[in-house]
Amino acid sequence: MRQARGTAPLLEIRNLSVTFAGRGGARPVEAVKRLSLSLDRGESLALVGESGSGKSVTALSILQLLPYPLAAHGTESSIRFAGEELVGSTPEELRRVRGNKIAMVFQEPMTSLNPLHTLERQIGETLLVHKHMAPAAARERTLELLRRVGLPDAESRLGAYPHQLSGGQRQRVMIAMAIANDPDILIADEPTTALDVTIQAHILQLLKDLRDRFGMALFLITHDLTIVRKMADRICIMTEGEIVEAGPAAQIFARPRHPYTRRLLAAEPKGRPPRADPAAPDLMTADDVRVWFPIRRGLLRRVKGHVKAVDGVSLRVKKGSTVGVVGESGSGKTTLGLALLRLTEANGDIRFAEHDIAALGQRQLRPLRREMQVVFQDPFSSLSPRLSVAQIVEEGLKVHRLAASPTERRRLIEAALVEVGLDPQAAERYPHEFSGGQRQRIAIARALVLKPRFVVLDEPTSALDMSVQAQIVELLRELQTRHSLAYLFISHDLRVVRALAHEILVMKDGKIVEAGPAERVMRAPEHPYTRALMAAAFDLATVPA
Amino acid sequence: MVLILRRPRSGRLEGHNPSDRFLGRKITPLTRRRLDSFCRNRRGFWSLWIFLAVFLVTLFAEFIANDRPFLVRFDGAWYFPVFTDYPETTFGGEFPTAADYRDPAVQKLIRAKGWMLWPLIPFSYNTINYDLPSPAPSPPSSVNWLGTDDQGRDVLARLIYGFRISVLFGLVLTVLSSIIGVAAGAVQGYFGGLVDLGFQRFIEIWTGLPMLYLLIIMASFIEPNFWWLLGLMLLFSWMSLVDVVRAEFLRARNFDYVRAARALGVSNSLIILRHVLPNATVATITFLPFILNGSITTLTSLDFLGFGLPPGSPSLGEILAQGKANLQAPWLGLTAFFVLASMLSLLIFVGEAVRDAFDPRKVVL
Repeated sequence: MRQARGTAPLLEIRNLSVTFAGRGGARPVEAVKRLSLSLDRGESLALVGESGSGKSVTALSILQLLPYPLAAHGTESSIRFAGEELVGSTPEELRRVRGNKIAMVFQEPMTSLNPLHTLERQIGETLLVHKHMAPAAARERTLELLRRVGLPDAESRLGAYPHQLSGGQRQRVMIAMAIANDPDILIADEPTTALDVTIQAHILQLLKDLRDRFGMALFLITHDLTIVRKMADRICIMTEGEIVEAGPAAQIFARPRHPYTRRLLAAEPKGRPPRADPAAPDLMTADDVRVWFPIRRGLLRRVKGHVKAVDGVSLRVKKGSTVGVVGESGSGKTTLGLALLRLTEANGDIRFAEHDIAALGQRQLRPLRREMQVVFQDPFSSLSPRLSVAQIVEEGLKVHRLAASPTERRRLIEAALVEVGLDPQAAERYPHEFSGGQRQRIAIARALVLKPRFVVLDEPTSALDMSVQAQIVELLRELQTRHSLAYLFISHDLRVVRALAHEILVMKDGKIVEAGPAERVMRAPEHPYTRALMAAAFDLATVPA
Repeated sequence: MVLILRRPRSGRLEGHNPSDRFLGRKITPLTRRRLDSFCRNRRGFWSLWIFLAVFLVTLFAEFIANDRPFLVRFDGAWYFPVFTDYPETTFGGEFPTAADYRDPAVQKLIRAKGWMLWPLIPFSYNTINYDLPSPAPSPPSSVNWLGTDDQGRDVLARLIYGFRISVLFGLVLTVLSSIIGVAAGAVQGYFGGLVDLGFQRFIEIWTGLPMLYLLIIMASFIEPNFWWLLGLMLLFSWMSLVDVVRAEFLRARNFDYVRAARALGVSNSLIILRHVLPNATVATITFLPFILNGSITTLTSLDFLGFGLPPGSPSLGEILAQGKANLQAPWLGLTAFFVLASMLSLLIFVGEAVRDAFDPRKVVL
């Protein structure tokens, strides 16, 4: 079936439904339900939704890349690219379209590039397959593409392998591969989620430039409303496999109609931290903390230098207040948190409520562990999959013998679950039965049940959906007021930090580049790095740091 | 017996059933899925049951193949010769030595005042049948169903006892070497660093020791019995699991939930037991049937070479050796071959089914 070109939009999806057959007798899952949308030349369309809403499945079905026959389309499903039906077309026809007319950029650039191929081969492959170019011409074109995506020193990087590049550079290479054949449509599936904010701003700028310069249509899949606001002409809001609202970006942000859209827009972490008592005593103080990992070389494995993960950091956390630590990946934030809790070897002076904990052995530290707790980033890896929720929460109680009897222990567990907003019935279930947000609540309950005074929160919201993030932030604020907890809040997400922290430390390469009251740092950043970070996070602007 | 492993099919679609039990223990849905997947593998499932049935039968070898009856009714009293030795004088004989129930004279004495109930095969593994129709090794007959070996002993009886000792040896060796191997791997993987380095080098040197020569040398000092052999082989067999467990521990010790447990103040030993060890069980259980196979084969080959169990003990390897020495009596070699081949195949089938059941990538549609 062919249609006349020109009248029809470049890409038109009609009544797309995708069903996955259930595993081992489970019910089939309907991932996408009767979805319709269209995309025109030179346009950017953002498909916005939380995890599990069916965004990526929609994107993959455009290129027919789903695991068929495990996945199946409904009978009325139709995806037309320039008048040509893609659903159910032959592999030969699809191969002509894939990577040639419609190209795709994936979320995780490390796993999307073949680790055994050099850049020249990675990019050259599409040219050889689709354009039948001669090797010399392909090399020339590869170089041009690498320059176009702004990879510095393109000539010498041709022979480089993916692991030799940084995350942002890898994503640039992915984009170079995608645009190698001048596609009509570029599908970008969460292209910057795995990247730091400053790099994210650069990548988005690049995508925008490419769209404007070559008239590509950009199909952007994301959960990040800041990106949408900056990039998209039109928005489709998706939840549970359906598009609930679609329209021009400005209109949706100004006048959201569907309740889900309103909830999504309202979900951005807002508000300010609860007032903290400035006269409160210091709970955790650290002076000149250093975590250096030795680099050993040569036959005798002599120490030739150090990786300075944390290099001379001093901080104090007052009772009932929050210190936010911000910085990009690799800046030593997490290591600092672990060092303060003595979960990694560190030098320097660390004092926790009158105890010089840097000098204590692990055995002497054990009674103090009750009072300082930690919540990790990924709630999927921080809960043992083989223990029930009750077993997870009670572990600390057992170690510190905080409950006199099993009944009392039970009561404490249930109280902790209620406190973090979970049903006490959940105690007998296993972590995999809960969503990400609920799992993070379990992790918080595990820390809280011990009634700690100081909690290290290591990116507790980064692995969660936007609306869930806001709830967790709300919960953390509430708990802080109720128990006058002190937090060390580690995050790369400045919005969340703004909503929680009284004071902010900005870290770069293991050192603190700026510190001060949160309001002051946010409003008038002094250090150029802080300024670049703020610009990238709040306006997606690129500032040469 | 089959029913223990299974659950009514209706329950499968309902998702997690918190009171789901297996052998009386609460199990997680994951375990249930693995069990279901194991049961769906027909070959492995039936191999397991056949093997267990044969093993159970041979466990009671004394009641199946023995040279003394298990029940004697004599002069109004009951006797259980399987459990106790009775002197011949009990039955009115002349000697105060233990009664030989195969002796026609003794049989005549008992028959006169009562009766006796014989096992299915009236030979034990060391009973020599003196009235053979042809010189030993004699071919299968209605008396000796699989013939006799070159010393006139019943092959079937020796086979039953030999199977039992092989499997028991294999099981004990597997269990002990798994315990040692898992413990060693756990310590190396969890603590890492110098402990790991030292242990690894030690294992490299230790694997270099030639076990066979050690056994030959030992055999010239002592007469190796079951436990001696077990101990000697244990010295070298515990290393097969170390690498797997170590790798799992190296991976798991940096998991967030292990770190969280450390932050809670949980002691190292408890972290190992509760949080890290469960990660290694999949690898361990997957390996077990293959280790069992290896252990059985090792014992058999030692017996075949003559450095195994003391002379006279029943063993599959010894029957094989007799088969090699007496090519004119093919029933010896063939019997040992078929029994060994089918036992090892059954175990391999079980092992494959277990491995597939634990493989998360194996999706059954």
